[in-house]
Amino acid sequence: MRQDIGEGRGAGMRDRPSGDAALLLLADSRLPAGGHAHSGGAEEAVRLGTITGPEDLARFLRGRLATAGLVTAALAAAACELAAATADHPAEPYGQADGDGNTPDAGTDADPARPWRRLDAEADARTASPAQREASRVQGRLLIRTARRIWPSAVLDTLAKAVPEGAHHPIALGAAAASAGCDPYQAAMAAAYNSVTGPATAAVRLLGLDPVTVHRLLADLAPALNDAAHAACASLIDDVVPDGAPQNGPAHNAATQNGAAAKTRGSGWPALPGHTAPALDLLAEGHLNNPMKLFVS
Amino acid sequence: MTTPPSGPAASRASVTARAVITTEAAGGRTRLETLRSDPPLTLRQTGPGLVHLVSTAAGPLGGDHLLLVIDVAPGTELEVRSVASTLVLPGSSPGDSVMVVDARVGAGASLRFSPEPTVLAAGCSHRMAVRLSLAEDANVVWREEIVFGRHGERPGRCRTRFDATVAGRPLLRQELLIGDPAVDASPAVYGDARCVGSTLIAGPAWDAVRDQKGERRATIGDGWATLPLAGPGVLASALAQDTVELRSRLERAESMADVYAGHMAGENGACRAATDTSGGRRAVAW
Repeated sequence: MRQDIGEGRGAGMRDRPSGDAALLLLADSRLPAGGHAHSGGAEEAVRLGTITGPEDLARFLRGRLATAGLVTAALAAAACELAAATADHPAEPYGQADGDGNTPDAGTDADPARPWRRLDAEADARTASPAQREASRVQGRLLIRTARRIWPSAVLDTLAKAVPEGAHHPIALGAAAASAGCDPYQAAMAAAYNSVTGPATAAVRLLGLDPVTVHRLLADLAPALNDAAHAACASLIDDVVPDGAPQNGPAHNAATQNGAAAKTRGSGWPALPGHTAPALDLLAEGHLNNPMKLFVS
Repeated sequence: MTTPPSGPAASRASVTARAVITTEAAGGRTRLETLRSDPPLTLRQTGPGLVHLVSTAAGPLGGDHLLLVIDVAPGTELEVRSVASTLVLPGSSPGDSVMVVDARVGAGASLRFSPEPTVLAAGCSHRMAVRLSLAEDANVVWREEIVFGRHGERPGRCRTRFDATVAGRPLLRQELLIGDPAVDASPAVYGDARCVGSTLIAGPAWDAVRDQKGERRATIGDGWATLPLAGPGVLASALAQDTVELRSRLERAESMADVYAGHMAGENGACRAATDTSGGRRAVAW
């Protein structure tokens, strides 16, 4: 069941190669965007002996997908939806953004950079580990640079300018996905897929595991990947804070107040998944101290 | 911690309870303006600006809905603790037990929230949500410790959500999922730990000097880390086998928070950590 959340697959994206083929290109480890240099904590787990073989690796990947994977999938879906929406309904200064990038960066409501910075800040708030934030921004920056040449679009130009230090990887991935003609579900799938394939490949190289065995592990994760992508997209419509929050309490959270009725852009972002993996945080920080490391993260 | 026998506890009807703490400034001092509670959430003032949560009934049990509202007025100080751990049990009523804390900390105010751990008994199904809304120059220390079952016990299920904002901007959003065997034992999530804890330490002191080129380095030890956030705060985080180890690791991590405070004018590593702008990622000198 594909959820057609991104209404932006219409007019603005009509002239793009669309959908599935673009998803394959985007998720392919051969996409020259530097993803192969990151192990997502797997290298440090191998060093510490918490991943020693396929069984440990399977549990590592499943836990990673249920936490970091779900969060990046949701952020990528949100970014793709935003990209599609702004491509369909460009704000006024927007059309001037292509080419030399001389858009006046006015702080007006029409500033197309503003929602991107807000979404990027949501990614920051979900990444407590500075090592992980840095790895995410490095990958995001590289992906935007690459994607601007492969799938040039005003949206990618805007994002590159909105977050000059490098947008978080899932944000960049969502924007690149939209530019390539993918919908939010496909963006979420690419993010979820990346969250496990990188560590799996790294483990093959670090432990000399049988690549077929490891690919079997990834195949076993296929249903969980589908679930994560669906959950990510469902979270875009669930504008309300997780159920169970009493309605009579003072609602500090904008998402609570707006509820599902309000359709202002990004009103649901605060409530997007924030699943955290304390061990991944420790692994990411420990990894920086390893002078012999093979992978950047 | 007093452990109620599960028989009588499980037979009590589920409750909806609401407790409120609000402060006001009275001549430069903090006065508790409101202190209202319902069993099983009972509050007692135990000192100036100090309130203890006292459990006056078992629980929370399945079906219970508990809400704690904390409003720290501008310029005032509040500390909230608990006298004992909270034991989350299954109940006779269907449905999750739910605990929501809604806290607002005003300008120049400070809140320290450090209750004893929450213990997830076998069979429980619990949800916790914290919404912490900070004014621009509010200070907070917010500790949360969760224990996966009593001794030798597998925990029930628990979902937590923590949302902290500063002047409306997101500072930290985290969810924990406990009780899914496929995830709990993952070396990526909790590994072989049986307790997880974190303390958010936030305030204007952590907002200042940040290296624009790169992230500051965390401080890490055995099973703990002090993580400087992107916004004005630090997260102390720990994993451990038992509550004693968890508390000691968490306190260790909390004690490193000052290293990242920008307003410190020390001359040791603390100062360098906050002000070094040339060293990039190697800003913290151990």
